[in-house]
Amino acid sequence: MGQAIAFYGLSFFILFFAVLVVSTKDTVHSVLFLVLDFLFVAALYVLLGAQFLAAIQVLVYAGGIVVLYLFVVMLVNLKRPPEAYEDPHRRTNLGFALAASVLLEVGAIATYGYASPAPALARASEVFPVSGNTEEVGWLLYTSYLIPFEIASMLLLVAMIGAIVLAKREL
Amino acid sequence: MIDNLVIPLLKILIVLNATLVGVTYMVLLERKVIAWAQSRLGPMRVGPYGILQPVADAIKLMIKEDITPVRADKWVFTAAPIISMVPALIVYAVIPFGDKARLFGRDITLYISDINVGLLYIVSVASVGVYGIILAGYSSNSKYPLLASLRASAQLISYEVAVTLTLVSVILVAGSLSMVQIVRAQESSHVWFLFVQPLAFAIFFIGGLAETNRAPFDMPEAEQELTGGFHTEYSGMRFALFFLAEYANMIVVSSVATTLFLGGWLRPFPNVAALGFLGFIPGWTWFLIKSFVFLYIFIWVRATLPRYRYDQLMRLGWKVLIPLAILNLVVTGIVKVLLL
Repeated sequence: MGQAIAFYGLSFFILFFAVLVVSTKDTVHSVLFLVLDFLFVAALYVLLGAQFLAAIQVLVYAGGIVVLYLFVVMLVNLKRPPEAYEDPHRRTNLGFALAASVLLEVGAIATYGYASPAPALARASEVFPVSGNTEEVGWLLYTSYLIPFEIASMLLLVAMIGAIVLAKREL
Repeated sequence: MIDNLVIPLLKILIVLNATLVGVTYMVLLERKVIAWAQSRLGPMRVGPYGILQPVADAIKLMIKEDITPVRADKWVFTAAPIISMVPALIVYAVIPFGDKARLFGRDITLYISDINVGLLYIVSVASVGVYGIILAGYSSNSKYPLLASLRASAQLISYEVAVTLTLVSVILVAGSLSMVQIVRAQESSHVWFLFVQPLAFAIFFIGGLAETNRAPFDMPEAEQELTGGFHTEYSGMRFALFFLAEYANMIVVSSVATTLFLGGWLRPFPNVAALGFLGFIPGWTWFLIKSFVFLYIFIWVRATLPRYRYDQLMRLGWKVLIPLAILNLVVTGIVKVLLL
């Protein structure tokens, strides 16, 4: 009961701030609402018992990536150039198409997700020789999900090298 | 009921109040120590030896006029000091001041909470604190605060990398992220991690100076260049909040350094049985003594060293501290594998 109330309360705030992020005119305010949104998502992780994920969510998203967003918004986009004329209907149609496809996807997940339940996951305590939230995440990453994990780190490495090459023309 | 609600609330109340009182007296201590270093007396007028100076300062700051610049972004301008202050205070939730104490027939743990991701929690909460500085500079709509806040945030982000990497090597040695478990690991291995990880300790301390914007890294507040720093446009209690946040962060860095490297609440040389007579001193006293030593060194460094230039600071961070921290981490990992 209490958990349900907390879940719906947090979800309400997440959606509320998400709407504010896209509806606020001032870009800096919109970035700040994004930070609040991420903090509430972290709270949702805590509610699900995933403290490690919550701490990482705050550290990486709220404390890292959004700081960069803020820098970019503050320093680069101070004055908006006058926009070239564009057919307003084209944009509206594109928006409707995107919204419809997302709605369709959510509907499909809601319909078929319940019909064929996910393969039963073994209880964490039975599979892992370790206890504790962080230890279990580490164990999973280095056993079951080793290849996706390594691919993701390769991708990040490539992105990092790319960023260095782009920022520094002469090495 | 009592165990789940009343005792934690009381602990929070005590820790928060102790922190705020500690912070105000840190300011007095700093003025005194710097005065002594410069052959002056420091505050002497308010109370004997100026002991009531913090009270006078607090009253002065509270009754000062509270100004918001006309062109400032009002909401953000108001929120920025709060955003600086809150992370500095909620970090104390996981700092273990002592082990267990028996009070009124109950076993009471001398920490608010021992969570599995304690150290990660501290790092992530501290990383949110940088918003206070960026937003204060941005929302003031004034060029010096903006420049100062850009410097400050660049500095914080750079040094955060080095500090976090040193924390990883401590975690490798301790085998846990929980602050209490890290102290217990030092108890069971009979040695403070200061002696296991001296390089990590040095990098952590230098990074801690930089992350709290203290001399010799007090670039964001270089008065001569920036007319005061990111809080130039603030006055009264809002200015005081930035001030309190800085000192609260100093206490946080000292407490974390004490916990990770100096054995937290353990007595000195926990392996030497001949020093067992020291056991009558409660653990939290040791914790406070060790933290105080750190705070004193913070002030001492400020009284002694001149400020770094901005490019020197960035070079030190990226070209010296981060490579050293990575090297330390790799060596720690190899040693750990070889010893197993």
